Amino acid sequence: MDYFLTEQQLMIRETARQVARERIVPVRAELDEKEEFPWEVVKACAAADLFAIWVPEAYGGLGGGILDLCVCVEELSRACAGVAVSYAASALGTIPIVLFGSEEQKAKYLPDVAAGRKLGAFALTEAGAGSDASGVQTTARRDGDHYVLNGTKQWITNGGDAETYTVVAITDRSRGPRGASAFIVEKGTPGFTFGKKEIKMGIRSSSTRELVFTDCRVPKENLLGREGQGFIIAMKTLDKSRPGIGAQALGIAQGAFDEAVAYSRQRVQFGHPISSFQAVQHMLANMAIKIEASRSLIYSVARFIDSGVKDYSKESAMAKVFPSDTAMEVTTDAVQILGGYGYMRDYPVEKMMRDAKITQIYEGTNQVIRNVIGLALVKEFAKHVQA
Amino acid sequence: MKIVVCIKQVPDTVHVRINERTGAMEREGVPAVVNPYDLYALEEALRLREAHGGSVAALTMGPPQAEAVLREAIALGADEGYHLSGREFAGGDTLATSYALARAVERIGEVRLVLCGKQAIDGDTAQVGPELAEHLGLPFLGFVRRVREAHPGRIVVERMTEEGADAVESPLPAVLSVVKEINTPRLPSLKGKMRAKSFKATTWNAAAIGADETRLGFAGSPTKVVKVFHPEARRGGEIIAGEPAEAVARLAERLRSQGFC
Repeated sequence: MDYFLTEQQLMIRETARQVARERIVPVRAELDEKEEFPWEVVKACAAADLFAIWVPEAYGGLGGGILDLCVCVEELSRACAGVAVSYAASALGTIPIVLFGSEEQKAKYLPDVAAGRKLGAFALTEAGAGSDASGVQTTARRDGDHYVLNGTKQWITNGGDAETYTVVAITDRSRGPRGASAFIVEKGTPGFTFGKKEIKMGIRSSSTRELVFTDCRVPKENLLGREGQGFIIAMKTLDKSRPGIGAQALGIAQGAFDEAVAYSRQRVQFGHPISSFQAVQHMLANMAIKIEASRSLIYSVARFIDSGVKDYSKESAMAKVFPSDTAMEVTTDAVQILGGYGYMRDYPVEKMMRDAKITQIYEGTNQVIRNVIGLALVKEFAKHVQA
Repeated sequence: MKIVVCIKQVPDTVHVRINERTGAMEREGVPAVVNPYDLYALEEALRLREAHGGSVAALTMGPPQAEAVLREAIALGADEGYHLSGREFAGGDTLATSYALARAVERIGEVRLVLCGKQAIDGDTAQVGPELAEHLGLPFLGFVRRVREAHPGRIVVERMTEEGADAVESPLPAVLSVVKEINTPRLPSLKGKMRAKSFKATTWNAAAIGADETRLGFAGSPTKVVKVFHPEARRGGEIIAGEPAEAVARLAERLRSQGFC
């Protein structure tokens, strides 16, 4: 289907597709098996300017919008979601600087991000603060020209491999949700170390790690926005990035669908290719319908966000929930269509099924995301009644 | 260091068919690509620029649509693109082509290094590189698999041979042809593609490069293609089985009976 993408977006799609085909597909199984961070692929993405997409032109980027980013994430995920999340997490970690950074902060950090010389990471989650972000325990105490950070962040994508971290910490517990602040913390800052590296079910080439802050002194210039804006920065960032998770899920689903169609045409049983059986055709049809519906939703929401509207929490949440549920269904069906072969590591669909699961969990579980949608609906209805 | 890379537009051999009746290659409707070996030459030029500074110009000869390969070179990082185009160049063999390219390299001026792919995948002659060096009166280093050192006045390379490699030092300027073992070509970048979109090649005809028209195109080509044909398929061999002594005796008898000895 033609989504009337701009010339730049078509160029992004073609470029990312070529990187995926030539640099990711040949190595994805090995990266998954060895749980190896995909540095070579990151370098290829950097050389192709893919890290420049979301960075404003003034800082060496291409000034692309959320749709531009989604198109890229979709193509990379179609080949390997593990690689794609390492890429997308760099966007998640540095979008707070794009949105809330001062001129000095942008000039200092964004050019390296755009060139792909440095990766970003976003650190909100803690052991006791997952869906309930208000449970953050990490603190930042002002001391002269510095803030002193203490605490442990958990399950941070690109942890250890990224250079530039956006970290949410409590600056004034008495103020509740308005007592959190966001900081840019550079790898190598004394008192900032890395803890446990997770062993995962899927997206295994990406790194997921603990960040440990022990009396870590961060210059006050690294405070993002104002003190107390931490949660607002986090929520606004997540609102922007959620269609990206949708795009990741969409790419995984498309990749699995491509494999399933190709296999069904070549696999012969009872003297016919299994694609000629109605039971298989209906499965393929349902997969295709949901994939196209996901794409339509993601692209529409991304365009809506890029149009400059203020409030898009509900739409952005929808563009994460539906595609991720779709990815889980489609990859499960792809494994089913490939049958016994699908269950084996010789074919890529079992990996895609493992990779799909996380998209229903991270950047807000689909349950908590449905809360976001539900709350917005209730508010809208109330407004309607008042009017 | 100013580097010129010669690139050629060729039909994508994956899609090429041979007309059974005429024996000629059917180019109609076949997608055109940059000759793959030339991409290794371009990559090496870009790496030399990154390491030592300077500029990279892509040079091609061909019909108007051949400008596409220059655009691709720009997307990959070349600084400039030169296009030799005009009826007078049409139908040229390797001698006429290398003569035209040599005049163009001279017109570009102050070129320290000319890089070519070892051969084009359509003609497979591997002649243009060495002929170009001859026209320019420069040293030629063929089948280069590695550039060991590059200095303003000299270069040290490894040439691939059947037994291994020779390390050779040459003064610059020089002409090199490279093999695919030399590097892994990069992929085009987004910023490169954007630059390529607004790129306009410098197009030169024979007069612009001061070329003698009698040495160009069909007229300037001593090569005459007599016939193009599919090589006959080799017939399968025959295995003479049995104990060695017995088998050898039978083989000798067969050779004798056919007049080989």
